[in-house]
Amino acid sequence: MERNPIRRQLAIMRQSLFDQGHVDEQFVQLEELQDDANPNFVEEVVTLYYRDSARIILNIEQALERKPFDFRKLDAYMHQFKGSSSSIGAKKVKAESTLFRECCKSGNGEGCMRSFQQLKKEYATLRKKLGAYFQ
Amino acid sequence: MPAKREITFETELFGSKTFLIYVEPVFSKAGETIGINYMGIDISDQVRKRERMIKIREEIAVQKAKETELNRTIHITEETMRAKQMLATMSHEIRSPLSGVVSMAEILGTTKLDREQRQLLDVMISSGDLVLKLINDILDLSKVESGVMKLEATKFRPREVVQHVLQTAAASLRKILTLEGNVADDVPIEVIGDVLRIRQILTNLISNAIKFTHEGKVGVKLFVVPEPPFAKEGSQNGSAVSTANQSTTNVPKEETCTSSQTSSDQRGFHGKKHEGSCQDRSQSERGTPVTNGTIDVTEEQAELPETTVWIRCDVHDTGIGIPENALPTLFKKYMQVSADHARKYGGTGLGLAICKQLVELMGGRLTVSSQVHCGSTFTFILPYKVSLSCDHSDDPDDDLSDMDDHGATDDDATAGFFQFQPRTLGSLFSSNGSSRTQNLLAHNIGYVNSHKINGFSENCYSFPTSNGQTKEMDLVEDACSVAEALEISPKPESSFSHSPDHDNESAICRDEHHHNVVNAENKVSTRDVSSCSETSREVDVKVKITEPQLPAERQGRSDSGFQSTLNSSREASNSISKPKILLVEDNKINVMVTRSMMKQLGHTIDVVNNGVEAVRAIQYHSYDLVLMDVCMPVMDGLQTTRLIRSFEETGNWDEAAKAGIEKPSPSSDSLQPDCTPPKRIPIIAMTANALSESADECSANGMDSFISKPVTFQKLKECLEQYL
Repeated sequence: MERNPIRRQLAIMRQSLFDQGHVDEQFVQLEELQDDANPNFVEEVVTLYYRDSARIILNIEQALERKPFDFRKLDAYMHQFKGSSSSIGAKKVKAESTLFRECCKSGNGEGCMRSFQQLKKEYATLRKKLGAYFQ
Repeated sequence: MPAKREITFETELFGSKTFLIYVEPVFSKAGETIGINYMGIDISDQVRKRERMIKIREEIAVQKAKETELNRTIHITEETMRAKQMLATMSHEIRSPLSGVVSMAEILGTTKLDREQRQLLDVMISSGDLVLKLINDILDLSKVESGVMKLEATKFRPREVVQHVLQTAAASLRKILTLEGNVADDVPIEVIGDVLRIRQILTNLISNAIKFTHEGKVGVKLFVVPEPPFAKEGSQNGSAVSTANQSTTNVPKEETCTSSQTSSDQRGFHGKKHEGSCQDRSQSERGTPVTNGTIDVTEEQAELPETTVWIRCDVHDTGIGIPENALPTLFKKYMQVSADHARKYGGTGLGLAICKQLVELMGGRLTVSSQVHCGSTFTFILPYKVSLSCDHSDDPDDDLSDMDDHGATDDDATAGFFQFQPRTLGSLFSSNGSSRTQNLLAHNIGYVNSHKINGFSENCYSFPTSNGQTKEMDLVEDACSVAEALEISPKPESSFSHSPDHDNESAICRDEHHHNVVNAENKVSTRDVSSCSETSREVDVKVKITEPQLPAERQGRSDSGFQSTLNSSREASNSISKPKILLVEDNKINVMVTRSMMKQLGHTIDVVNNGVEAVRAIQYHSYDLVLMDVCMPVMDGLQTTRLIRSFEETGNWDEAAKAGIEKPSPSSDSLQPDCTPPKRIPIIAMTANALSESADECSANGMDSFISKPVTFQKLKECLEQYL
């Protein structure tokens, strides 16, 4: 009986994640992989994602400090990052990654910086939201 | 014109004489030179005095300089002493609250914490421990240096100490190394010494060895040596005979039986391989050859209540070695081999200094010999007292009858050989999630009782999932070859689980064996016989005892489909009857998700992280389906597919060899159950682009189809239905 309000709250949080566009259908895929044998699968994947992608973010940051930009390398990093992000269904992050790659392809350094800032924001926001959701 | 000069003449009669010669011309009134005045004054004495004065002044100057230096040194020394004192005091003061912090952190660890909190706490505790250790080292060093250190004299058992130290080291070992301990039989069961310090020295040397060794083994050898020349105690007459006096165990076997020294008797009888090897030991020891033959057993020693035995301990490793130019400064405080070393390996440089101080305080010597890239051996020799009136209540005469009892009860005490093989536990994975070098956390402890040589029962090895690396392959094969000797598997298919890890003991383990054995059967045929016999020799002497509490843990963890390094045990058993699927993907998250999806579809998969590993995997095993990521490091999916297709068309791996992948050993070709023409494996590209040109490229390179990322359950299901 006591669990219902919690469950409801959880459902609301989850719905908002979708409605606000933070996650997409891929996230549902992850949820479907969760079962009794893997009760915390989604959380585990997300944790791994944040751990793994932290490294890539750092690499990108370091690469953005070296002028002139090595667009090829930046694009390669972002390709990796985008892959991971799309696998967990991080919609906004993925969209921003695509933008970043566009800027890389067109050699738009300013655009890259801006896009990266935005990306980091989305990344952090998602992390907070997911963190709250999992708690 | 007039000239004044000093000229020295050598005279026969008077020696060296110096005259002041004054010559001046004499002029006539008209100015003509008509003659000279020639005057000579004997100034020999003055000259001598003068010279002495100079010397004296020099000496005074030198003295003064020395004094100043000395004063300065005294001043510095005083300062240093004061500083040291302060450091010691401070360290002491720091230690108490610091250990308070660490204790509290540990207690906190026993309360309920969420994952993030626990991670933070772990960092806290390990940092705190490190600092504590550092402080203890500093305190120890200053204690030893200031002469305040008092040595204990307690009875202890060297074998137990060695085993314990190795066990502790093995438990926290995070690399694949073999730890070995070897205590010679003539080392007494019990000796008297400062066990705490000795343990400290041993731990320090062993942890150094482990730190600087990345592969191979670290070993400890303990054996008795005759009294070394540097020892000043005892009745040293400088003669070879008397140097053997102190080392009672170097007595050859005839003496052992007849000597009145009960201590050596005890040793002689208590060692399991007794007299023959005692002889061998004494032959092989670093003793002077004289000692083997011409010893007069010293009657004096028979009277002594205690005898001193010199035991030498070698800690050797197959590590990075120490360059020659670094050897002299190795034991100096705060010195590391180089600044790079310090940065790369950490540490404070105090350990060896402490060891050396302690060893020398105890009357021994610490030396090192090393070869760069080969390994190093640190040796310390210490004297130990052996009490003749110790717990071994037997008299020499009763030994024969008591031997059986001893054999039964003192197994641990007399076990002289320990080996700790590296053992990987898939259930414990490193926190930074590196999937490649997934390492180990627990170790199996193998005991050898030299008189209990069983064939080993279960040799469960598990390996990290660095798929395709030949080293791991070798390990597996060696293990297999030995496993083969014991178990005969009827399984027809060859299957190789890339990360066979042991979550369950019995059934799965046996399945593992079967897998490994099948591989072995196929591979060992052409494998070097030597490597086979080598491992079987090595392994024959081992009796593996797996720790009992681990299986339950691993069982639980195996249920979570985690990182690519963790393969659940079901894979091992399932992959026999199920289709073999290979996933070639470098992104960890994708691997995790894909694997989980495949699991839901009822399949288990093997994972490799790049094209090269994929080729290797296919070289050695047959797969029914390959899911190939297109973008990967080292070798991308397109090239990999081309190489695989070339193999399928030509039947050989030449193209792969050109790309730098070595061909598999001949026997593996016979792995293909269909023998001659290799079957075409369906290869599905997993591409992030999913544009039409990408699809064309995929099929141009030999792929059968593609799945666009992100991978969904539905896509996988359809793909499997189509191609399996």
